[in-house]
Amino acid sequence: MDLFEYQARDLFESYNIPVLQGIVADTPEEVEAAAAKIGGTVVVKAQVKAGGRGKAGGVKVAHSPEEAAELSKKIFGLDIKGHVVKRVMVAQGAQIDKEYYFSVLLDRSNRTFLALCSVEGGMEIEQLAEERPEALAKVPVDAVTGIDLAMATSIAKQGGFDDATAAKVAPVIVKLYEVFVKEDATLVEVNPLVETKDGQILALDGKVSLDDNAEFRHQREEMERDVLDPLEAKAKAWDLNYVKLDGEVGIIGNGAGLVMSTLDVVAYAGERHGGVRPANFLDIGGGASAEVMANGLDVILGDPQVKSVFVNVFGGITACDAVANGIVGALEKLGASASKPLVVRLDGNNVAEGRRILAERNHPLVTVVETMDEAADKAAELANR
Amino acid sequence: MAIFLDENSKIIVQGMTGSEGMKHTARMLKGGSNIVGGVNPRKAGETVEIDGKELPVFGTVAEAMAATGANVSVIFVPPAFAKAAVVEAIDAEIGLAVVITEGIPVHDSATFWAYSCSKGNKTRIIGPNCPGIISPGKSNAGITPSDITGAGPIGLVSKSGTLTYQMMFELRDIGMSTAIGIGGDPIIGTTHIDALAAFQADPETKAIVLIGEIGGDSEEKAAAYIKEHVTKPVVAYVAGFTAPEGKTMGHAGAIVSGSAGTAQAKKEAFEAAGVKVGKTPSETAALMREVYAAL
Repeated sequence: MDLFEYQARDLFESYNIPVLQGIVADTPEEVEAAAAKIGGTVVVKAQVKAGGRGKAGGVKVAHSPEEAAELSKKIFGLDIKGHVVKRVMVAQGAQIDKEYYFSVLLDRSNRTFLALCSVEGGMEIEQLAEERPEALAKVPVDAVTGIDLAMATSIAKQGGFDDATAAKVAPVIVKLYEVFVKEDATLVEVNPLVETKDGQILALDGKVSLDDNAEFRHQREEMERDVLDPLEAKAKAWDLNYVKLDGEVGIIGNGAGLVMSTLDVVAYAGERHGGVRPANFLDIGGGASAEVMANGLDVILGDPQVKSVFVNVFGGITACDAVANGIVGALEKLGASASKPLVVRLDGNNVAEGRRILAERNHPLVTVVETMDEAADKAAELANR
Repeated sequence: MAIFLDENSKIIVQGMTGSEGMKHTARMLKGGSNIVGGVNPRKAGETVEIDGKELPVFGTVAEAMAATGANVSVIFVPPAFAKAAVVEAIDAEIGLAVVITEGIPVHDSATFWAYSCSKGNKTRIIGPNCPGIISPGKSNAGITPSDITGAGPIGLVSKSGTLTYQMMFELRDIGMSTAIGIGGDPIIGTTHIDALAAFQADPETKAIVLIGEIGGDSEEKAAAYIKEHVTKPVVAYVAGFTAPEGKTMGHAGAIVSGSAGTAQAKKEAFEAAGVKVGKTPSETAALMREVYAAL
């Protein structure tokens, strides 16, 4: 999960990382009140999970509460790379002297953590990495030994800081690493990390991504999340692994790899049938009960774009007869609301019994097809009618 | 021969007394695996009957190894306790630890991997979030169904469980030396390259199927490795061409970030290394048939 800037700011503050005052606001009136509370020059910043906010007009400097409210009217409702601004953060203005860069992230490729640091901050890091790679230090961090003050100082110096500034920045780096570890983050980025004219180090803007697998050891229930697509929200409530796409063929399968593969095979088949595409990713995992199957079908049939459904199951642990019973049970449970054709491909564990059950029930909406390729073709054909 | 797991493998199960552990221990026993005990500190000294076999429960991996000569551990411990279980296996220096558990926080995986490196990687780690490893007719450590295919000359390495099963099924008339699911998490122990190197060295393996998916750069690295080091024929398949950017597709590691980790880039890397890439699992199997017929 990616955090909003204000969530990252609040998180940093709770770890005693120096940040500026910041107050979230959802209306121009709230913006005015927040600006009055902070006093002086403020910056009104759109809270969206997209880069390039400044260029899109999502960040504005105001010199009075009235001006802040007025400027915020131009920010609310702004569409920044497909994200509509519903919330802003009113932040205290700062007398910035220098802008630096620091991040720590998960380095998949090397199976370790990686700290990135540069005395040249402010611009997009991808741009810095491309244009001035020598200015960006990339320092592997051992997950067991982590970042202590000596390591942090070394990282800062490798990033081009002089000794005096490195000594000021290093304690902040140690605390940012503490956030990274204690919050189970996969990314903690501060850009810019600034030095003010009076010599203070501040985390001015932060990006934090948290590991969903670690939710069990954190209290994140109350954190504001991105508004999900209604179908995704429904699937999430049932604990289904669902991603909405924009095609016409609904997909249900077991196992992430097989479902990804099914999407591809359907897209290829669609090239022969009017360009129809997969409508979603849905992995029902092992042990597909009638209930899970019914929930999955319910979500997919609720997508008005869906014209046909492809159920693709390879019975490994799951027995195909259980899947077949799941499909039959789901169709009974859904009754008249199940109105779109289903193409079913079963293979593996107990396949003969699974196919027998579907043949015996002989539901008018269900077509059983032997192979994955033929089934994808049939589902694409039905979606193109 | 097979790789990493064979008829001499003696398996213990960490988390054997839990529901998943019990279920899959029974399945492994039915499939002919030599399971010699389990580990659960709270039930040390007890025995558990699974599938008609009395299995001793030990307090630690080290005790289990001392008493049984075990050289493989299969780990079904829940995510919150998985790191400690893997670290225990590393400390005991067991030869192979197969981590089936799905949903382990990536900081925990990064930590046990760093710990393993600091101890000289004496324990081969497979997974986490994987189906495990099977050398048909010899042994099965994990949750792969034992009866999909028999022994044969093809080696299979895959990020995905169900695609492993699917490919074993497609090639069941030829058979496999070893099929290994390396897992779909961002940080895993055994990589595509580790399996390729072992298959290259294994006289029983004549050809290799590699299955990848979106996310990370394991496939690109594997392609470069094949070009330099693998003389046996390799056929590849990559899943996730239609996956949108920034969405996690089921596996924690299956995500396209910006332009990195796309299926297209992986396919191109394989083709540049002279590896044939199937568009679908069945086309991939057909390519392997051609390769096999020409051997």
